[in-house]
Amino acid sequence: MAHHTTEPHVSDRTYVVIAFILAALTALEVMVFYVEALAPLILPILMVLMAAKFSLVVMFFMHLRFDGRLLTGIFLWGLFIATAIIMALMAIFGKLTG
Amino acid sequence: MATAESRATKMTPEPHLGTYAGGIWSWLTTVDHKRIAIMYFVTGFVFLLVAGAEAELIRVQLARPELRILEPDLYNQLFTMHGTTMVFFAGMPLIIAFFNFVIPLQIGARDVAFPRLNAFSYWTLLFGGLFLYASFFFGGAPDGGWFAYTPLTNRQYSPGSGLDFYILALLLSGIGSIAGGVNFLVTIVNMRAPGMTFMRLPLFTWMSMIVSILILLAFPPFTIGLVFMMFDRTFGTHFFDAAAGADPVLWQHLFWVFGHPEVYILILPAFGVVSEVIPAFSKKSLFGYPVMVFSGILIAFLGFGVWVHHMFSVGLGPIVNAVFGGATMLIAIPTGIKMFNWIATMWGGQLRFTTAMLYAVGLVATFTIGGLSGVMHASPPADLQQTDTYFVVAHFHYVLIGGTVFGLFSGLYYWFPKVTGKLLHEGLGKTHFWLTFTALNVTFFPMHFSGLLGQPRRTFTYAEGLGLDVFNLISTIGAVLFAASFLPLIANLWRTWRRGEDAGPNPWDAPTLEWTTASPPPHYNFAVVPRVDRRNPLWHPHIEAGLGWAGEVEPGGVAPRLQPETPPEPIVMPDPSYWPLVMASGLLIATIGALGSLPVVLSGAAVAFVGLFGWAFEPPERGRH
Amino acid sequence: MGPTATGIPNRKMAMWTFIGSECMLFGTLIATFLIYRGRNIVGPYPDELLNIPFITVTTFVLLMSSLMMVLALSAVHRGDARGTRLYLALTAAFGLIFLGGQYYEFRHFVHEGLPLGRNLFSSTFFVLTGTHGAHVAGGVIWLGTLFLRAARGRLDERHAETVEIAGLYWHFVDVVWIVLFTLIYLLG
Repeated sequence: MAHHTTEPHVSDRTYVVIAFILAALTALEVMVFYVEALAPLILPILMVLMAAKFSLVVMFFMHLRFDGRLLTGIFLWGLFIATAIIMALMAIFGKLTG
Repeated sequence: MATAESRATKMTPEPHLGTYAGGIWSWLTTVDHKRIAIMYFVTGFVFLLVAGAEAELIRVQLARPELRILEPDLYNQLFTMHGTTMVFFAGMPLIIAFFNFVIPLQIGARDVAFPRLNAFSYWTLLFGGLFLYASFFFGGAPDGGWFAYTPLTNRQYSPGSGLDFYILALLLSGIGSIAGGVNFLVTIVNMRAPGMTFMRLPLFTWMSMIVSILILLAFPPFTIGLVFMMFDRTFGTHFFDAAAGADPVLWQHLFWVFGHPEVYILILPAFGVVSEVIPAFSKKSLFGYPVMVFSGILIAFLGFGVWVHHMFSVGLGPIVNAVFGGATMLIAIPTGIKMFNWIATMWGGQLRFTTAMLYAVGLVATFTIGGLSGVMHASPPADLQQTDTYFVVAHFHYVLIGGTVFGLFSGLYYWFPKVTGKLLHEGLGKTHFWLTFTALNVTFFPMHFSGLLGQPRRTFTYAEGLGLDVFNLISTIGAVLFAASFLPLIANLWRTWRRGEDAGPNPWDAPTLEWTTASPPPHYNFAVVPRVDRRNPLWHPHIEAGLGWAGEVEPGGVAPRLQPETPPEPIVMPDPSYWPLVMASGLLIATIGALGSLPVVLSGAAVAFVGLFGWAFEPPERGRH
Repeated sequence: MGPTATGIPNRKMAMWTFIGSECMLFGTLIATFLIYRGRNIVGPYPDELLNIPFITVTTFVLLMSSLMMVLALSAVHRGDARGTRLYLALTAAFGLIFLGGQYYEFRHFVHEGLPLGRNLFSSTFFVLTGTHGAHVAGGVIWLGTLFLRAARGRLDERHAETVEIAGLYWHFVDVVWIVLFTLIYLLG
């Protein structure tokens, strides 16, 4: 069987730590939802938290941080075009302004 | 290892007609990209003729004002099926046929990355097309136009089953298209021969890689749109139901987010063919190779940002229209650059006007005409007059026939000798070209005028005295010429297959790797994996027959001009398999069931699962060299 | 299988390519959900129905299933047969719990007067989360077959690539849910 399956650069312990962080971020997200005072900032805060969780899973659990740039490029292309189209459609349907 | 003399005598590869030997079962279970290519080509060609016949009927109906040869109801089905068939069941399969045959050979590979997936993609395409045409026998074909705009296609206004056939056929063949996108992208990225960097790829393969990415990104929105339409029509959801607060225009967005990249999917391969043919018959390398690569990438990227230009009359507002109009005009730039590069390639070259070259050069002319009318549409105010008229019909037929079809015909004449080992007759070929070229112009040029005079699309007749009569009559005469133009082609194919002149490995003295193999290539393509160190490896002056293949590298020129007849070591190729056919059949059964029978859906799903598991658990070592 | 031009195995590249395509699939569904939010003519409306605490729990379960998945892959790499079986089973089990939660939620919504065809919210919500759920279900079946192979002693270090690829699929499905949880529930 050919060369690859790179030995994991990440230990099981690290994975568990990341899982804890993901759980903590989720708890934070839910807290933000319930805390009235944060209501005006809820959108940017949740976007940041969501992006953080997303990145952790993709970079570490999916190993993209350690794999070649080519795979990152393939994934980011799809993500980029998808995000751009979501934003464009939302703009056209008037969902991005106030 | 053979001695030098015996190696020399074994260098001229014999035609390998064994490549295609075997009965029906061997074709049903084949996983060989060359055979799958032939199946795609035959299927696409048959659908091309069928869609062409539909067009002939349309032109008969429109020959004179106020004719009633076809009832409006049937007329609607005909133009819907003409468009849907041409795009999905003629254009795409013919393109995939070329991808299949040519890409592995151009990159020095023995097959695609996933041969069984390749076969699966073909079967879903065939089944999708057959399923679509079954609609004629079960309540009528879809009749909402190839783009099926809502709310006309909502259940309320289109209660018949025709559109259900449309949705399901396209979902089924769409699975195969996406699988093909994965397959070809991985093949091109991962299975290039040693030394073949991206900037040494033949341009056809480059364009094919870009198209594969387009397929992967453009088909999903269409899939979702079709799913929404199916759910609205069958399960009572409200995606396109204005009364529930939805916006039917959403369908248009989803359709064109797909539809616009789709037209680049249709044209970029043709551009790729031209970029092979013109250099070959100018005896000169492609002018500005890096620019040709980057313009292709730019066209594809920009192609995702222009879809609203199909919707200028919807009323999305001046800002939206201006942004998309501007982006559309931008796309003309990389496209125009390609035209100039092709002309520059020919400039000062030793030109040979074979049929393949005629079609390639013809494309440069006719696509430019189509492109000019396209740029005219890019201006929203101008488009308000042009949209939905025959002016648009003129535009897209010039780019699709004058572009895609000409490119495919050029590729046909160019690669036919490699596929079959025989040369097509040049006299018949030239007749084919001139008839086609004339028919294209006679049929579609008048439509620029009738369109600007206001003749609307998709209407089964027109009144007398509007000034449209002459133009329509000329178009219909052109359509007759189109039908006639197929005769020399079919005669040529038939005659050559039976008793054509042997082509040998490289009848055109062309520069890329596919021309180092026998014609047709043996089952395994390359006896010895080539190693390249430059573009156009066969045109490098230092390369002599018999020098330099993997293991005996000569610095400075290492692709063998001809592959040895027998491989130095045994090569194990993937076994044939029936699982792709089983899985595709299961999906077909489920698709049929989706017309209204849950038990049939479940049976189909069960068969598909059996197919999937059979496929997954077939012996893992599929015998790569 | 011979070496590839990039050194990346074909199947791994294929899965990432497929994932890139799936970004567009889910992106379209998400765009539609966001566009149609707040345009319902009739209720029930999202804020009446969405149960944040409940879905937080199922979300947490799905997140932990990704942890189980990487632990399974790690076990396969080590040649740890028992660990492989355990963690594959846990991944699938957590996935099933998540699906159970979805099923319960769907039933509850229908019970509260929101069948599939009720309004825009029902249309977009059920099709979006249903598509995601179908992907989870497919993943559970995949994991189940891997578990059976492991149970029969037919899944060891040589098959690490297969487990890795299943893992990529599974994590992607989880990542999509990370987005959906925020967009549908927390910003709902």
